[in-house]
Amino acid sequence: MKEFVIVLTIVGVLLGPSHILGQSEKPVAPNYKADALVYTELAKVPDKAKAKRNPMENDLNAVAAGQNLFEQHCVECHGSGGQGTKKAPGLRVEEVQNAPPGAIFWILTNGVVRRGMPVWSKLPEPQRWQLVSFIKSLGTSPKTTEKMLD
Amino acid sequence: MTFRLHLAFSAACFLLLLALCDAGHAQESPYIVTYDHYLEEPGNLEVEYFSTFGTQRGGNDFHAFWAEFEYGATAWWTTELYLDGQTTFQDSTVFTGLRFENRIRPLKREHFINPVLYFEYERKSGADKILKEVEGHDVELDFLVPNAEARKEHNHELEFKLILSSTVKGWNFAENIIASKNLSNNPWEFGYALGASRPLALKASAKRCSFCRENFIAGVEMFGGLGDRHSFGLSNTSHYVAPVVDWNLPSGWTLRLSPGFGLNNNSHAFLLRWSVSREITGFGAAVNRLFRGHQ
Repeated sequence: MKEFVIVLTIVGVLLGPSHILGQSEKPVAPNYKADALVYTELAKVPDKAKAKRNPMENDLNAVAAGQNLFEQHCVECHGSGGQGTKKAPGLRVEEVQNAPPGAIFWILTNGVVRRGMPVWSKLPEPQRWQLVSFIKSLGTSPKTTEKMLD
Repeated sequence: MTFRLHLAFSAACFLLLLALCDAGHAQESPYIVTYDHYLEEPGNLEVEYFSTFGTQRGGNDFHAFWAEFEYGATAWWTTELYLDGQTTFQDSTVFTGLRFENRIRPLKREHFINPVLYFEYERKSGADKILKEVEGHDVELDFLVPNAEARKEHNHELEFKLILSSTVKGWNFAENIIASKNLSNNPWEFGYALGASRPLALKASAKRCSFCRENFIAGVEMFGGLGDRHSFGLSNTSHYVAPVVDWNLPSGWTLRLSPGFGLNNNSHAFLLRWSVSREITGFGAAVNRLFRGHQ
């Protein structure tokens, strides 16, 4: 009986908060101050990695496939249009859009583990390049860049 | 009472899974025993249900099951809670214990071999049959003890693993070295688990689809005991090899299937495992809202 109570209590404790997850997330203003620190990670990428070319750049499906992958794995933190959330920086800024594809690929592969960005090497290499293609296709958002400069 | 417990446990796990409506898509590893170096994404909770059907020579076959709640505390630390039970056919159904596990990634970047440190506390009864790992001199004969007797034995164990894992050209290779210590006066026991897996396709499709090849990961794992501090080696140990396949659905569900085969006379001849899991994004933020009233 004791075990039965323990099981139901633990399941109940986990069930309660899970209901809240059904509620839609309110949009959260990106945290630009933290972003500036995160973007410096792009500058730390080794030159050899930066020089890598995107093997998917001529693949007509790469952006669409990358968008699929982005929606599945990245939207939660980076926002639906890559505009950024409180959890992770925006991707439609010059720091990212002007970065070499190899640098973005390197960040995807290695993560920024101490700042909360997980390692994504579990996605096969072609899928990471497809993600790079999609991220580069986002372009800069003028609004985001203006706010950054403020 | 035991049947009701089994029913309540299974129903509670199932209801919990159904209630979790804000699911994320995960690229889950297909392994059931072996760990690779990938941790849960920060703030996400993965709820998993696993079943193991096992044959038993000289006794009754069994169905062991466990629920797993895996939470990404940070990008370098994942914590998990397990609740275990089993039904031995023509005997009874019993709750067999709980486990609290932590995995820590010590290195910041990806390397050719990536280590992860694993620590687990287990509070389980002698009736535990989930075979989540095999260590020491665990053999098939141990499972012959009737549940009523076996559940009287209570074990408190600490388990440590060194997880080494590499991903090369879509292939994942994982090696786990296991050391466990029963906190009563028993010697250290050792075991191993090895795994290799690869998605059926490396490129993603341009359209979301359930049956695309990249959603399937196939592989094989092998695991077994390595004796204890006094008798290290393969003598009187059990070993298994198990093909594994997992299916990551775009809806956020992951299904796994793994038939396992005993490699010597000390092993169960056949194990059939399956699991269903779902990842819930933003669980940590939801708990924050629950206790703070805002985010």
